[in-house]
Amino acid sequence: MELLNNLALGFGVAFTLQNVFYAFFGALLGTLIGVLPGLGPVATIAMLLPSIYALDATPALIMLAGIYYGAQYGGSTTAILINVPGESSSVVTAIDGYQMARRGRAGAALAAAGLGSFFAGCVGTIIIAAFAPPLTELAFKFGPAEYFSLMVLGLIGAVVLASGSLIKAISMIILGLLLGQINTDVISGVPRFSFDIPELTDGIGFVAIAMGVFGFGEIIANLSRPAEHREVFTKDVKDIWPTKQDFKNAYPAVLRGTALGSILGVLPGGGALLASFAAYTLEKKTRGKPGDVPFGQGNIRGVAGPEAANNAGAQTSFIPMLTLGIPPNAVMALMVGAMTIKGIQPGPQVMTSNPELFWGLIASMWVGNLMLIILNLPLIGLWIKLLTVPYRFLFPAIMAFCCIGLYTLNNNNFDVFMAAGFGIVGYLFFKLGCEPAPLLLGFILGPMMEENLRRALLLSRGDWTAFVTKPLSAGLLLAALLMIVIVSLPSIKSRREEAFHDEP
Amino acid sequence: MKIKSQKDFWSGLMFVGTGLAFAAGATNYSFGSSARPGPGYFPFGLGVLLAVLGAVILFKALTIETEGGDRIGHIGWRPLCLIVASVVAFGLLLPRLGMIVSLPLLVVAASFAGDEFKLKESLINAVVLTVGSWLVFIKGLNLVIPLWPTFLGN
Repeated sequence: MELLNNLALGFGVAFTLQNVFYAFFGALLGTLIGVLPGLGPVATIAMLLPSIYALDATPALIMLAGIYYGAQYGGSTTAILINVPGESSSVVTAIDGYQMARRGRAGAALAAAGLGSFFAGCVGTIIIAAFAPPLTELAFKFGPAEYFSLMVLGLIGAVVLASGSLIKAISMIILGLLLGQINTDVISGVPRFSFDIPELTDGIGFVAIAMGVFGFGEIIANLSRPAEHREVFTKDVKDIWPTKQDFKNAYPAVLRGTALGSILGVLPGGGALLASFAAYTLEKKTRGKPGDVPFGQGNIRGVAGPEAANNAGAQTSFIPMLTLGIPPNAVMALMVGAMTIKGIQPGPQVMTSNPELFWGLIASMWVGNLMLIILNLPLIGLWIKLLTVPYRFLFPAIMAFCCIGLYTLNNNNFDVFMAAGFGIVGYLFFKLGCEPAPLLLGFILGPMMEENLRRALLLSRGDWTAFVTKPLSAGLLLAALLMIVIVSLPSIKSRREEAFHDEP
Repeated sequence: MKIKSQKDFWSGLMFVGTGLAFAAGATNYSFGSSARPGPGYFPFGLGVLLAVLGAVILFKALTIETEGGDRIGHIGWRPLCLIVASVVAFGLLLPRLGMIVSLPLLVVAASFAGDEFKLKESLINAVVLTVGSWLVFIKGLNLVIPLWPTFLGN
């Protein structure tokens, strides 16, 4: 059993004292930022990127992964207790979870979310371990034309499943690709769009973009809205354990959510957000037993299903990143960036060239999930206290960490100025209703995409039809085209908009 | 002609402008041929594509009716200017005056951007964050960050 050997290697790596510590630290930090609204995993991981210079690659990635799935966990806690989803993926959890809490059943809701997430996390880990090797095999058969088409599919997939205007999202991708063109051309060595600024010949640091847009830009956007008043719900969260009937009602929802989340997580653009929305819709459509609490009034299935799905989706979205080096969402784009910082070329070769990193990361996800459940159920009271930290203390702290991080990237204040500029750009995007995540994906993939395009054209002697005559490449491009066509169909379009506005 | 969606109108303009700027910039670099694409090939194509998409968005913003005109709303000039200015000031001051001066300055100036500013609170916050950053980044992670002003001679 190769799978077992691989997992054994992984657990060997994950259970070293150092790596357990970083998995714990990442999960804890992730929960913390998940609880705090207005601070998401993208901004946090961007903030921490400079600090991973001091770490080895494996613990660094284990910690960053912990932040990602920890944030899913923490986000649901606040969604249930105070109706403020800490993360976008817990928006639907708030619908039924908060109603349960108002009826004094916060403990049961939290436990259903926690246990459901843990189960989904275990399944997700096994799925990654089982599907990563065959996908990696496939990836080795890819030439430059196939890679280019795969990236097109990945980028298109990332936006058709996201919310908001499709054409604006595609424009944002291209804007990101263009920003990625500010560099020294790899093939001819010509510096491009550098305006004779030496720092720009290496390209814009993607940490500067991420912190500027997701850190500073969001802070400006948050501050320009009036301060919100939160209803804090601190009473009776003692009765943690759900009743037998709760278990009976919740476990089919957990199974369905896990299955749905695992599939949606692998798709480009999938991940936690889409998975939780889809799972809630599925639970609503699934007929319950007579006498069930209706949805929207505190049905436990409306908590367990989406929570299982978002955790499963968060796990399996690592598959395209680990096997193909193609990030399906903004967090994974940052993980790819982190790997590059540590000198690891993301792609199918990671599994063979860095098996400890690859399998250690996968095993650490299970360890991290286990820690989350042990850690979180008893600590719920503490997380709620944290919510009383007002934003006016929080945002200067975020800014301080971002600024120091930016400076230490290259021990140079150039990145600080770049990020300030991108803060303005980020606020502009916010005001114009342009989602910034696709921009980051495009920016990360831009140089890779150009290299593969130019290589493919060199190989085909300038023949553009090479992209459609090679069967694999043609299939991938066709799939991308199909996605655009399908979501543009009027009937799907209206339902897509409806699905993303299914908020209370 | 009336603008039907303000947000889309301005984002369309933004995309057209940036696309054209990149395409124009790309003409400075060798375009090559399809068989041997040069450094200008990819950015030129992308720039043109972005400009075209921007034009479509612009066209839709002028023709398709939206609810309430999709207004941009008021712009938070105060947080925008203060946040950006405090970051730039931090970048300028850190190499000269060190973290001990520039970080508290950043925290207080940034706090002033919020509408619940209290001087005493932000001063406390500044002290806590500066000490915390010193512990985490300089002591803990051994990062090279200037701590004291250069004129103090170390």
